[in-house]
Amino acid sequence: MEHTASNTRRIAIDPVSRVEGHGKITLLLDADNHVQEARLHIVEFRGFEKFIQGRPYTEVPYFVQRLCGICPVSHHLAAAKAVDQIVGVDELTPTATKLRRLIHFGQVLQSHALHFFHLSSPDFLFGFGSNLAHRNIVGVLEDYPDIGLKGVKLRKYGQQVIAAIAGKRIHGAAAIPGGMNKALSDDERKALLVDIADIIRWSQDAVTLNETIHLQHPENHAFATLSTNYLGMVGAQGELELYHGGLRARRADGSDIFDQFDYRDYGSAIREEVRNWSYMKFPYLTAIGKDNGWYRVGPLARVNLCDSIPTPLAEAARVRFRAFAGGAYVHDTLAFHWARMIEMLHCAEAIQELLNDPDITGTDLVVTGAKRAQGIGVIEAPRGTLFHHYQVNEQGLIEKANLIVSTTSNNQAMNESVRSVANQYLDGHEITEGLLNHLEVAVRAYDPCLSCATHALGKMPLQVEVVSATGEVLNRVSKNMDGVVECAL
Amino acid sequence: MSNTLFIDGQEIPFAPGQTIMDASLEAGIYIPHLCHKPGLTPHGSCKLCTVEVDGRSVSACTLPAAAGMKVDNNTPALQEVRKTLVQMLFVEGNHLCPTCSKTGDCTLQALGYHFGMLDGHFPPFYPRREVDASHPDLVLDRDRCVLCELCVRASREQDGKNVFAISGRGASAHIIVNTSSGKLGDSDLTLDDAAAHICPVGAILPKNHGCEVPFGRRTFDLHSVAESDVAHVGLQKTEHHDE
Repeated sequence: MEHTASNTRRIAIDPVSRVEGHGKITLLLDADNHVQEARLHIVEFRGFEKFIQGRPYTEVPYFVQRLCGICPVSHHLAAAKAVDQIVGVDELTPTATKLRRLIHFGQVLQSHALHFFHLSSPDFLFGFGSNLAHRNIVGVLEDYPDIGLKGVKLRKYGQQVIAAIAGKRIHGAAAIPGGMNKALSDDERKALLVDIADIIRWSQDAVTLNETIHLQHPENHAFATLSTNYLGMVGAQGELELYHGGLRARRADGSDIFDQFDYRDYGSAIREEVRNWSYMKFPYLTAIGKDNGWYRVGPLARVNLCDSIPTPLAEAARVRFRAFAGGAYVHDTLAFHWARMIEMLHCAEAIQELLNDPDITGTDLVVTGAKRAQGIGVIEAPRGTLFHHYQVNEQGLIEKANLIVSTTSNNQAMNESVRSVANQYLDGHEITEGLLNHLEVAVRAYDPCLSCATHALGKMPLQVEVVSATGEVLNRVSKNMDGVVECAL
Repeated sequence: MSNTLFIDGQEIPFAPGQTIMDASLEAGIYIPHLCHKPGLTPHGSCKLCTVEVDGRSVSACTLPAAAGMKVDNNTPALQEVRKTLVQMLFVEGNHLCPTCSKTGDCTLQALGYHFGMLDGHFPPFYPRREVDASHPDLVLDRDRCVLCELCVRASREQDGKNVFAISGRGASAHIIVNTSSGKLGDSDLTLDDAAAHICPVGAILPKNHGCEVPFGRRTFDLHSVAESDVAHVGLQKTEHHDE
């Protein structure tokens, strides 16, 4: 417990959560209980960039997908795109490209379904401060079985798409240098088509649900809301693109910072700042500078940034989304959920299109090229733009790796959102479970990797302490793994 | 007395000069093994083929069969000992199955499943071992070497070369390459050699090839390690098309 000034107090929420455990929130309060600073410390240290060094580049796509159990396909494909460049391949066969797109749509669909239905829907269906014991997916299945079951089935479908291509639902093997390792059989294609109409319809229902919730709750519009820069990938015509395209960065007012930027030059567009209180770096746009160059990525960024969505139902939903802000960008942090469901609908429609594409069952899967010394792969993962950069030596062993994962790009924004919510809800020394969950709701909107541990069945362990200027603990409230809130003092 | 012996009470024939392992393989009886490969001189180092003959523990791959011999093989006590041996092999090296491209085709991993191994049981050694990627077509990853010497024997006996050897003793034992630099790239090993493909784990693997054989189509996805004459799936495809 630190003290930075004699007239400030530090409140620590420790642990919040992390990818497989915990993060920490600290709030610095002045004498009048105003929040001076909010910090979301990600205390995870994974070390992948270090321990991939010295390994053969062919291992990388399988190695780094272990970063995550929710979006392994995104890491697998970002690394695979980098490895394609290392083996001198700039363009895959049509079948390999479409298989990669298909598995990625399955990945984004299952991740988005998991996040909304399993993790976030209890907040919106029951209220942020509702009965803790009931505010979880089991509660949703009890009170809203139709919604809960759709969520479970949507996620399952995305996993089935992944398994058909990668051999396993989680941590399979699909991409190899210059292509893919397995064709999709016609039987597998037909099996996936059986449920696709339901998947599209349920995704539409999810968009409608989120749209309705957001429109009917004006108090949500300002919750944790920030006016920020945005970064995301777009296709050649400015359309929503999740697998391969150019980078677009725009200011909060929609003006260009850059567009159709070749991500292989990401080092000139993005820098990463290191701060001494977090293992997570703070990326910023070089053109804007360190102080104001932070930005948001993910569904909200992508649906704001794109000029269109290339599937009809999702495009109609996007038009309504943008109309909500009168055509300007939607900055509402809780609209992340709405945008996420629009993307899920797009994935469902795109999966149907790809399954009906004659190329998808082709068997020409790999191309070869001449070796290069480095590769940079970028993809739009469920949580935002994901960068993988590898350099290899002449023997094909990794010499250097740099990863900018999506949650890292939202780091500053999550900090700002936590500060905004703390200012709005922190009430003197008295800490309530409602405060804890409001802070979590703000963080959760970004669907950071830590949210999988955060909200699982309401069992996220949390602790909040209020410490006086002299270091005396004035109040301590904790929520244990069973979701029981206890006041220790 | 006829040329038969008994394995777990089952009478099987043997030819003069055959070991217990030879006779059991011919009879379709599985005695677990890792360092044994028909056609190569038996080595008796992994000890997974430990059986009991008249109450004495012996290596089935090296002990000649004898008429009337009574061999205990598939007993709970021996299976437990074998599982412990596999666990020790796991913790002595750096065996990270999730990221190893040999997964599903690895005999050590298959033996772990066969014995119902759920963890390493012993504290891992995490040894520091060198990766040799100097060869244009092959990678020697010592992290995964189990010192079975199959590559040593295949190189000498089948390839007519002498590429590999074991150096050091005890915990310091490690695979070396018989060149002045000690580098695989300076050896006369080629991709066509038996020694390039005989490794039962992921210590010697073809270079520049990712997971070309999909999960679900690998050797031990399709076969039990206890099946005889399992033809290993080649991890390196020659054509860049799916079947």
